Amino acid sequence: MDWAQTLAVILDSTIRLSVPLLCAALAGLWSERSGVVDIGLEGKMLMAAFASAVIAHQSGSAWTGLGAGILAAVALSLVHGFAAITWRGNQIVSGVAINMLAAGLTIILGNAWFGQGGRTPSLEGEARFADLALPFAAWARETVPVLGPLYAEMVSGHAAPVYLAFAAVPATALVLRHTRFGLRLRAVGENPAAVDTAGVSVAGLRYGAVIICGVLCGLGGSYLAVSQSAGFLPHMTAGKGFIALAAVIFANWRPVPVLLACLLFGLLDAVAIRLQGVSLPGIGLVPVQAIQALPYLMTVILLAGFIGRATPPRASGLPYVKER
Amino acid sequence: MSAAPVELPVWADAGLVPLVSVTAALLVAGLVVIGIGENPLEATALLLRGALGSGEAIGFTLYYATNFIFTGLAVAVAYHAGLFNIGGEGQATLAGIGAALACLWLAPLPGLLLVPLAILAAAAGGAAWALIPGWLQATRGSHVVITTIMFNFIAATLIVYLLVELIGNPGSMQPETREFAPHAVLTPMHRLLAPLGLVLPATPLNSAFLLALASLCGVWLLIFRSRLGFAIRTLGANPRAASYAGLSVSRLTMVAMAVSGALAGGLAVNEVMGVQHRLLLDFTAGYGFVGIAVALMGRGHPVGVALAALLFGILYQGGAELAFDKPSITRDMVVVIGGVIILFAGALDGLFRRLVAAGLGIGRAP
Repeated sequence: MDWAQTLAVILDSTIRLSVPLLCAALAGLWSERSGVVDIGLEGKMLMAAFASAVIAHQSGSAWTGLGAGILAAVALSLVHGFAAITWRGNQIVSGVAINMLAAGLTIILGNAWFGQGGRTPSLEGEARFADLALPFAAWARETVPVLGPLYAEMVSGHAAPVYLAFAAVPATALVLRHTRFGLRLRAVGENPAAVDTAGVSVAGLRYGAVIICGVLCGLGGSYLAVSQSAGFLPHMTAGKGFIALAAVIFANWRPVPVLLACLLFGLLDAVAIRLQGVSLPGIGLVPVQAIQALPYLMTVILLAGFIGRATPPRASGLPYVKER
Repeated sequence: MSAAPVELPVWADAGLVPLVSVTAALLVAGLVVIGIGENPLEATALLLRGALGSGEAIGFTLYYATNFIFTGLAVAVAYHAGLFNIGGEGQATLAGIGAALACLWLAPLPGLLLVPLAILAAAAGGAAWALIPGWLQATRGSHVVITTIMFNFIAATLIVYLLVELIGNPGSMQPETREFAPHAVLTPMHRLLAPLGLVLPATPLNSAFLLALASLCGVWLLIFRSRLGFAIRTLGANPRAASYAGLSVSRLTMVAMAVSGALAGGLAVNEVMGVQHRLLLDFTAGYGFVGIAVALMGRGHPVGVALAALLFGILYQGGAELAFDKPSITRDMVVVIGGVIILFAGALDGLFRRLVAAGLGIGRAP
């Protein structure tokens, strides 16, 4: 097989597999940068995947589905915000609750409404995001060597949510770094008392961050159900929310490194699928499980400070209590 | 974990607040039942009959409760040290691997020696898998919540690898080991009590239940009646005070995590050695996560954990019977209830304390 074609196919599936990770990781970054730890990314994506699949099926429109997915994830975000910000509850506990709630509710409702063991009916036509062909893709594949197939496979030919997810990276970086809202949001994650003293509402900023987190989780979850697959499957997020958590740590809570970490984890996933049962020269059979475990192992090693150093926002996980 | 915003009398704090939040959670579950077009009262009646209506039902309920006692105690012990161990699933997985290896490799030993050794292997597997995150937190400052999540996934891939590549039974269709020798497994309760003249129906309830009861007493002695337990609670209440008092924070962190992991290993003892009699994938089945709800509901006290585990045992067994009669209400309802209980009794604790205080007419803010 043509090696450029193989490379293009692997990179193409890398992009597809890293989109849900990227959405969830950026969501986690927003939340944690404001000081709210969120281990409920998984549950929010799952709920969004379910809601988007149901509404896309009922309405016949993928975009309406995406809207519903975002609303569902934002609703769960607000539950997390209510517990973590308003009632200063334990953020980890709240995240665990949201994960369990989503895992149970999606199956019960799906089973009650469609009776297919928790699956939703498969989406067809307009109800699913179609792949967009960028200009010149077909032409480039035929005429330009190496870069042509790469452009056609990897850059072009994805669904709209993919481009939205990648656009969210520079948007996140810009807003966090160059706007007043972004500066205050970062400040509230490092030193909420200082922000409070400046007369800015700590709770307001944190709610804002948590809602943005919900929107991004909604995008990632909807992509899973309405673009990558044609409908919802029970437990379809399969730990992606937790790999995203790992990616945030790996990227040291910064947007562009988050993109790179998600692409790396997506690549590992793509390679693991491709290497199934393939014997590599000199190494032999690589167990797929070893590659699957790599993101988690790398995160633990990084957290342990053996390579690099993970420094979370200083106030992350701490509820803010106004001094009286 | 956080400072209580309102002061409540002990009986209200330990009894009324969990009761109110659990009732609220069950009401939410009732709303979900109404939402899918079923009658919640009828569902509750079916559930209770399915869980407590016969000797067989009670046996199943206690068998499920056994799992929840172990995972609930695991979370509770770590919680007393101010640590949040959400790695129960992974620790139980490693415990299952330990127990299975012992049962398969040491099979020539007599049962009287083999069974305790296999239980120890399970405890050691669980303890080791919790000790590493504990050690990383104690010495390298990596947060135990994140590392235990990661260790859950590493354990999940590890058990797939072992079962597919190394210790799986080549003859079977799914990834599992061959069945353990008859003398390597735990005795079912109905056979254990038969010599005493008690005739019980055959259920999965086995001698691991006795181990769970012993663990409840053991944890009570450890946490509330021992020097080590006092040190652990001091660490949980105020790490800086513990450090000033000359306690070794890192040693206590590791000990608490190891004990927690060993207790999570009890889940493997019940499931792998007591019921399945072989190691198979996904035997942890989310019990580790429900353990968090059990511990929060039980306020970390063994008596509370026992009651909460019994409630979840009833929900699990009753839920299975209910799903039989009403196919639209699946066992996943228990996961929803668990999630809402974690939310209400854990994260929204402050809100419910305030509600109870308002109801009692005390603790109004000046």
